[in-house]
Amino acid sequence: MTVPAIAVKAATVHYGDVLALDSATMSIDAGQVCGLIGMNGSGKSTLFKAIMGLIQLDRGSVLIDGDPPAQARKSGVVGYVPQGEDVDWDFPLSVRDVVMMGRYGRQGWTRRPSRVDQQAVDEALDRVELTDLAARQVGALSGGQRKRAFVARGIAQGATIMLLDEPFAGVDKRSEATISTLLRSLSAEGRTILISTHDLHTLPDLCDEAILLMKKVLLQGIPSEVLKPDNLALAFGLDVLNRDR
Amino acid sequence: MNPIEFLLEPLSYDFMTRALTVTVVASIVCALLSCWLVLIGWSLMGDAVSHAVLPGVVLAYVVGAPFALGALIFGVLAVALIGTLRDTSRIKEDAAIGVVFTTLFALGIVLISVTPSQTDLSHILFGNLLGVSTPDLLQVVMLGTVAFAILLLKRRDLTLYAFDPTHAHAIGLSPRVLGALLLGLLALTSVIALQAVGVVLVVALLIIPGATAYLLTDRFPRMLLIAPILSATCAVVGIYTSYYLDAASGGMVVLTQGLLFGIVYLVSPRHGIIATRVSTFRRRQLVTQRADS
Repeated sequence: MTVPAIAVKAATVHYGDVLALDSATMSIDAGQVCGLIGMNGSGKSTLFKAIMGLIQLDRGSVLIDGDPPAQARKSGVVGYVPQGEDVDWDFPLSVRDVVMMGRYGRQGWTRRPSRVDQQAVDEALDRVELTDLAARQVGALSGGQRKRAFVARGIAQGATIMLLDEPFAGVDKRSEATISTLLRSLSAEGRTILISTHDLHTLPDLCDEAILLMKKVLLQGIPSEVLKPDNLALAFGLDVLNRDR
Repeated sequence: MNPIEFLLEPLSYDFMTRALTVTVVASIVCALLSCWLVLIGWSLMGDAVSHAVLPGVVLAYVVGAPFALGALIFGVLAVALIGTLRDTSRIKEDAAIGVVFTTLFALGIVLISVTPSQTDLSHILFGNLLGVSTPDLLQVVMLGTVAFAILLLKRRDLTLYAFDPTHAHAIGLSPRVLGALLLGLLALTSVIALQAVGVVLVVALLIIPGATAYLLTDRFPRMLLIAPILSATCAVVGIYTSYYLDAASGGMVVLTQGLLFGIVYLVSPRHGIIATRVSTFRRRQLVTQRADS
């Protein structure tokens, strides 16, 4: 049996008195594109943080490629594409600077880029088709280009697992398609992609599977099954049903 | 007086050369650090730490320990107290900072008032550039070199920490350690700068140069060049002005920094207020022209 890329077992997390994750269990195989669906406050970001080892679990466990998150961090397995609103877009860095940050875990303590690093950054930029914009300040990119810049950082990092937090928020339809194609091609190379989203219409084309989260994992399966109105009603309440009809 | 005499006359006094050296060193190191403080949004934290070191410096004087050690201890204490207050009560961070640093600063003032000493300890408050001794100068140059070297060598990690601590964590670096490093350097530079401008005005050297440079460039490496150069220039201009006007030297240095910031705010080619107004005006005109035709 192969080891799953991400295996979360009975993960429980509290913030003070608030229960954020309630014994969530799920596993994702390598090379899958998986959509993580849930309302605000359903625990999507908490689950991401747990996978990255940013928070301590009260109970349960997370394994990345069979190893604890601390191990995975050292080898730079997990790449992270933050939500747009979590980034200071006025920060005086070029696109290339940001992608180079993917290499820091592999560099000496002053993070002086070697020729290998430069090459990895070139390739990553080429891969997401941002080579021409490499010298731009990151904030001068469009919404979709910004996402691709951070995906490039993950590629330069050599991440085999990529976590994307709401990648389609504030992104126009065409860029959305570009990003989807990019993510599909990354998964074809064997990378595992986990996308948190409440944007349901992109899921069936993009994802191999979907997970419904409501503090616990309600359902995991192929998107067409998970996205059935009755199932969505479990995670979002009945108004989603009514709006769709 | 010809210009050369104008420049050389102050330097004929030893106390002036020492004052100039201390101010330039402090300005450069503080300016470098200010680039990160301004981007992270830690200006208030810089204000807090630079004030909170006061009791540490006074106590260090009393027991005869190095000023830097006392400052470091109280700088760290201030940060720890602020964090604890924020995390364990309903007080928000800005209020926590306000409570902690003013209380520690007040403690420092009280300690100064009850400490018998030959040197006037109130110089710590407002700086005493003209009374910088040779050992003081050596200490500032040594600490300044250490802080400068650490900042330069770790600049990429610090920038990553400022930009995206989550990513730092994801690739196995410790945001906590990097944050602590930055705060430690903040306490260290506060000691360096208080010789020059005094505790009250240290925060100016820790914020203004970075803010000015940020209005001038979209490239962080360039900020790290622009901020120290401008800051050192302001230091020299400020010291000379204070010499010829017979005005407070620390105040003059900071005043020069502030004036330069004001000018840059107005005329910076891309982020200055005039440039942005003009481009908004042009855009509107274009739109109206199109609507008319």
